[in-house]
Amino acid sequence: MSEKQQEHWDIVIEPSQSWRDNFNWKQIRKYRDLMWLLVKRDVVAVYKQTILGPVWFFIQPIFTMAVYILVFGLIADLGTDGVPMPLFYLSGVILWSYFSTMLTTTGSTFITNQALFSKVYFPRVIVPLSLLYSNGLKFLIQFVLFLAVYVYYLIDGQVSVGSHWYLLPLSVVLMALQGLAGGLIVSALATRYRDVNFLVKFGVDLLRYATPIVYPMSLLFSENSNETLRYIIMANPMTGVLDAFKIAAFEQSFVQPYFWETLLYSTLFTLILLVIGIASFHKVEKKFIDTV
Amino acid sequence: MSKVAIEVKNVSKEYRLGVFGTGMLSTDIKRWWYRIRGKEDPFRLVTAENDRTTVSESEFVWALKDINFSVKQGEVLGIIGRNGAGKSTLLKVLSQVTPPSTGSIKARGRIASLLEVGTGMHPELTGRENIFLNGSILGMSKAEISSKLEEIVEFSGCAKYIDTPLKRYSSGMKVRLGFAVAAFLEPEILIVDEVLAVGDAEFQKKAIGKMKDVSKGEGRTVLFVSHNMGSIRALCDRGLVMEQGKLAFDGPVDEAVKAYLSQANAEEIDLNLREDRVGRGDFRFTSIRFVNAQGEACSEVLSGEAVTVQVQYQLKKNLDPKKLIFTVNICDVYEQMVLSFISDEMGFVADELIDGGMLELHIPALNLRGGSYSIRLFSAYGSTGADDLQDVVDQAAKMDVHPSDFWGSGKTTRPMYSALCAGQMQHKKP
Repeated sequence: MSEKQQEHWDIVIEPSQSWRDNFNWKQIRKYRDLMWLLVKRDVVAVYKQTILGPVWFFIQPIFTMAVYILVFGLIADLGTDGVPMPLFYLSGVILWSYFSTMLTTTGSTFITNQALFSKVYFPRVIVPLSLLYSNGLKFLIQFVLFLAVYVYYLIDGQVSVGSHWYLLPLSVVLMALQGLAGGLIVSALATRYRDVNFLVKFGVDLLRYATPIVYPMSLLFSENSNETLRYIIMANPMTGVLDAFKIAAFEQSFVQPYFWETLLYSTLFTLILLVIGIASFHKVEKKFIDTV
Repeated sequence: MSKVAIEVKNVSKEYRLGVFGTGMLSTDIKRWWYRIRGKEDPFRLVTAENDRTTVSESEFVWALKDINFSVKQGEVLGIIGRNGAGKSTLLKVLSQVTPPSTGSIKARGRIASLLEVGTGMHPELTGRENIFLNGSILGMSKAEISSKLEEIVEFSGCAKYIDTPLKRYSSGMKVRLGFAVAAFLEPEILIVDEVLAVGDAEFQKKAIGKMKDVSKGEGRTVLFVSHNMGSIRALCDRGLVMEQGKLAFDGPVDEAVKAYLSQANAEEIDLNLREDRVGRGDFRFTSIRFVNAQGEACSEVLSGEAVTVQVQYQLKKNLDPKKLIFTVNICDVYEQMVLSFISDEMGFVADELIDGGMLELHIPALNLRGGSYSIRLFSAYGSTGADDLQDVVDQAAKMDVHPSDFWGSGKTTRPMYSALCAGQMQHKKP
């Protein structure tokens, strides 16, 4: 046996592993079967022993949309830039639900999987990745609902496809990644301070109103709108993403003067957040079991 | 020389004691502030040894301290030690669940750890779905599981229920399913923690048989933790004994088991503190201890080995040795007497009784198959009637009997069949 062979080790466990060891794509690929099984578990197990089963994926956005139409559309009369109300609210509801479930489920990765993580080793990042796909699948199903309603209005001539339609996939991807990145940071913090989970749970509900979901962007740029309020809403990185989705989907949407800047800001923000998220997740994933 | 499969070098693991988690933000900020000024962490105290019996001054404790060993390929290593000796921590570090504080571990090949049976199984999914989920959590690929699915189902004995949700399974069935998946893992290195101690007797037999095949037949490296000395001796070649986070012994498995047994708190047990006794008390038991074949004090013994029970007594007045009845009873966990040694039956009369003297019961070959027992001491003067009782102490001492090779046949006694073992078999021609 040569000296070199003797020195070859497949696994090296040391107090602090290098960056490469944990974000080793080869290893993550090796566990891709596990990732898909976790996706399947999350999607299938939730609706077992329910009468309506997967129909729940539709009920939730339809009812939320109905309430929005009633409260923000009819009572508050905030307007929808000429987009039919069901479409306007539905687009916001399904996107936001992807973002918020991503943020909260990823955020509690370490806490909900504590029992599993304390018994078996696998790259921990598999769990957030599986959430990205299982929530993505849920979004896809809801998107089909949106599409059905969309086609109905399209034939009816009440909407037409926006000239920036290519922004649609970008906005969805940005939405997913922002939820993932935020969730990774939250999950890392939550291993030390559980408070973060409480904060995020209601924080994400409040953030919804700082995002153009229940009101159109044009409302912010009308003559008597509050300027501070406009800055707050524009500073929200989710604003550009939602705005892009609506501009892509509906020709009627109001293109606000700083639209491209907002979108660029959202994109950069997402990328930076993702880097911080991965770094903080990496930092705690090995040691959390001793502190959680 | 065969290759080294695992090399453990200077591994230590430090844990923080007490309640932490509240008020951490302020301490964290202080720590951070000290760190950027290049000062020592003010919240870090000198670390202490892992001794659970004394209250530690320090906030930190070494669960593992300077562990060094290496395992050759194909070797089956048993890790033994009392509760809290660091066995599970060592397994956790080896399974990459938690990182060591210092030192390094190097390994060749895949490591699969079985710290629990059925990890990650979901109650809403069917048995079949759970086989896939559990298998992939343990590191198998989907293709690998598919190819072994039939064998796994058969081994588990749950074929009839395989498409039923797991929540409808009995707890025994869950364990069988979980173990069946694990049994078909094919890693180069397998780490097993006490999982054989589950299920009914029949399944345990099956599981131990499978473990033997895996280690002996298929030449895999196995690290095995157990409190069951019988299965440790049956499965392992080499044993490590852990004590207070340190490696106390490393060597052939038989010697390791002996080292472990003698490490037990072998001091004599003071009976003066016992208030719950019956009898006049002119004759009183004051202490009890066990001595093994090597003449060392012990609290755990092997089935079939010699053991001596030594009991000290005190006298309040002079008693006639001929009238004293002295009894040692060995009781099982239900306080049923399994073995009784009664002086008048055995024809034993002490030549004289002296205050502070000692009575000895010698059992040349302990014929208990294994298990936890307690000793009941009894003495009476004149007759065994209630009026003549001198001193009775229930559960005077605990005695753990470990299954062993009683008949010298190469097989370990199986405690699940009966308490006692005795006799020889023979064949006679007609």
